[in-house]
Amino acid sequence: MSAYAAFDGPVAGTSRERLLNALKSSAPIFLVLFGLLTWIAIIQPSFLEPQVFLAYLKRSAPLAILAAGQYFVIVAAGFDLSVGSLVTVTVVVAARLIEGDPAKTWPVVALLLALGATVGLVNGLITTRLHVPSFITTLGMLLILEGAVFLWTDGAPQGALSEEFRTVGREGIEGFPVLETLPYSVILFVAVGVAGVLAMRSNFGRKLLAVGDNDRAAALSGVPVQRMRTIAFVLSGLSAAVAGILLGGFAGVSAQVGQGLEFEAITAVVLGGVALGGGRGSIAAAIAGALALEALFTLLNLQGVSGALEDAVQGSIIIAAVAYAAYRTRGTR
Amino acid sequence: MKLSRSAAAAPRATLPSLRGRVTDWSRTAPSAPVFKALLVVFALAWLVVSLDGGSFLTVDNVVNMLQRSVALGLVAVGQTLVILAGSLDLSVAYLISLSSLVGASTMEDGGLVVGVAAALGVGVLVGLANGLVITKLKVNAFIATLGMALILKGVIDFYWDGPAGAVTEGFESFGYTRFGPVPASVLLLAVVVGLAWLLLHGTRFGSSLYSVGGSEEVSKLSGVRTDRVKIAAHILCSVAAALTGLFLASRLGSGTPLVGTDGGYDLESIAAVVLGGTALAGGRGGVIGTLGGVLLLAVLDNAFNQLEVDSFLKDVVRGAIIIAAVALYARRSRQAGELTS
Repeated sequence: MSAYAAFDGPVAGTSRERLLNALKSSAPIFLVLFGLLTWIAIIQPSFLEPQVFLAYLKRSAPLAILAAGQYFVIVAAGFDLSVGSLVTVTVVVAARLIEGDPAKTWPVVALLLALGATVGLVNGLITTRLHVPSFITTLGMLLILEGAVFLWTDGAPQGALSEEFRTVGREGIEGFPVLETLPYSVILFVAVGVAGVLAMRSNFGRKLLAVGDNDRAAALSGVPVQRMRTIAFVLSGLSAAVAGILLGGFAGVSAQVGQGLEFEAITAVVLGGVALGGGRGSIAAAIAGALALEALFTLLNLQGVSGALEDAVQGSIIIAAVAYAAYRTRGTR
Repeated sequence: MKLSRSAAAAPRATLPSLRGRVTDWSRTAPSAPVFKALLVVFALAWLVVSLDGGSFLTVDNVVNMLQRSVALGLVAVGQTLVILAGSLDLSVAYLISLSSLVGASTMEDGGLVVGVAAALGVGVLVGLANGLVITKLKVNAFIATLGMALILKGVIDFYWDGPAGAVTEGFESFGYTRFGPVPASVLLLAVVVGLAWLLLHGTRFGSSLYSVGGSEEVSKLSGVRTDRVKIAAHILCSVAAALTGLFLASRLGSGTPLVGTDGGYDLESIAAVVLGGTALAGGRGGVIGTLGGVLLLAVLDNAFNQLEVDSFLKDVVRGAIIIAAVALYARRSRQAGELTS
C-alpha cells in the first residue's frame, strides 16, 4: 500500500487525498465487504472473536476458491457453468472410491485433482479448438458430469468418506497461538488467493488479461490465445476439485452438494467488479466478492430473514451491486 | 474441410448453376443443419425403437412427441427473441412456475379471463423489469436475469408451499382437446411460432432485433432505438414463458411451484435455441431453427423413454449432442467465412 502511495506522491498531495484516491481506485467490493462485516459485528459482537471469524472464513473457503478459479475463465472472456456439477462429482466419486478406507484417501485426492484438471482441459479444448462458446461447452459438460456420475452410482451417492478425507475440510492445526485452531481450509484458501494474485501479476496474468480484453490483438502480439484460455479452464476445474474436497469434508456426501454453486461463483466474481466479457478486474476483488456473498448470507441469517425472502433479497442485492458498478465505470469513461 | 476446398477451387460465378437451390439453402440457411440432424435422429430412433419392438412412426406416438414439445417450444420461441437481440433470459423457469400459480389461483375465483390476464400480466411485468435493468441500469443480462430468477424463487417460496389454485374446466380441457389427431396445444405452438416468424421477418421490429443483436453500437448510430427493442424482446420472452406456465397449469389442473424448475426450462430452452442454429452472441438465427431444436430434443426424449434408457445416460447423451451440434455450427460458419473472405 505504502509503496503505491509513494508512487502517486507527485500527483496526490496530502495523505488524506492519497487515502481517498486509493479508496477510489480500488474496487468498491472491498468497501462493501468491510461494511457488511462491520454490520454483522454490530449486531453480533462475538463475530470478531477469532474462532467465530475463522468459522466464517472456513465457511467461505469453498466459494472463495471456486470464485478464484471462475475468475481466470471470466477474465479470459468465458464462463464455466460446469463447476457446480464438478463439485458434486468430486464428492460422490470420493465417497464411492474410498468407501471409508483411510488407506485410499490420498490416492483418491490425487485422482480427484487430476479429474478436475482433465474436465477443465476438455472444456478448454472444446471451447478453443472446436470454437464452441464456453457457455454451451460447460452447459453440456454440466449435463454430462451429473449424468455420468449418477449413472455410475445408480442414482444416489454410495460408499463413505474416510475420516482422513474429511480432515481437510473440518479440522485445522491445533494449538495455534491466539486462534487456538487454524483450519486447513483457511490455509488452503489463503494459499490459493496468494498464488492467484502472484499469477495475475506475472507474465501469465498480463497475457490472460490481454486475451480477455481483445483476443485478436493478443494473438497478433504473439500471445498463445488458445493455450491461455485452456489453462484458465484447467485452473477452474482444479479449483472445483479442491472446493469439492473441502465441502465433502464439512458438509458430507449428498447429491446436491454442488447445486447452484456455479451461479454463486459467477455472482461472486461479478460482485467483485470483474466484467463479464473479460479483460478487466482483479482476482483479489473476485475473492472479496465471494467473502461478501458469504457475509451477506450470514447477515440475512442473523437478521432472521426467512429462507424464501433470503433468495429475493440476494437477487435484488446482486442486481443493485452490478448496476452500481456499471454506473461507476460509465462515470469514469 | 473437403467442402470448402472444392468450392474454393470452382470459379465463383458458376456456383449457382452447379448447385441447385436446395443445396444452396442447406449450405447457407442457419437452421439447415438442425433439420438434417432431425431427419437423421428421427430415422435412427425409428429404426432402433422398431427393432426393440416399440412403435415409433404411429400417429399416436408422433402426436405424443409434438405435444411434449409444446411447453419447451413456447419458452424457446421467447428465448430465441432475446438471444437474437444479444441478450438471454435465465429467469424463465421460475417465471413459468410463478405464472402457473398466479394463473391457477386467480382463475379459481375470478374465472378464465382474469386468470389468463393475471398470468400474462405477471409475464409483462417481469419482462419489463428484466429489460429495464439490462438496458437502463446496464446490468449484464446473465446477472440481471439470474438475479430476477432468485427474486421470483423468493416470491414463490414465500407465498406457496405446494400446488395451488384450480383452473376452470374449459381451460383444463384445452390441454386435452384435439382437432382430429392434432391436439389444440400443438396448434397453439404452431400459431406462436408463426407469429414470431412474421414478427422477425415481416416487421421493422424484427429487422431492428437482428441489427441490435448483430451490433448494438452500429444500430444505435443508424437510428435504431436499441433500448426499446431489447425491452420489447424481453417482454415478449417473458410473456411466452407465462404462456408456458398457463399451458402447464391447464395440463396439471392447478399451478405448482416446481413445474418450471423441474423441467429445467431455463438452460433447456437456451440449448434448444442454440441447437437451432441461433448464435448465442445474437444477430443470427431464427425461430424455425429453434422449432427444429425443440423437436430434436423431443424425438431423443421419446426414443430414450421407449428404449427405457436410464435418465442419467439421457443427460450424458444430451450434453454430448448439444456440444457436438454447436461445434458443427462453428465449423460451418468458419468455412463460410473462408468462402467469403
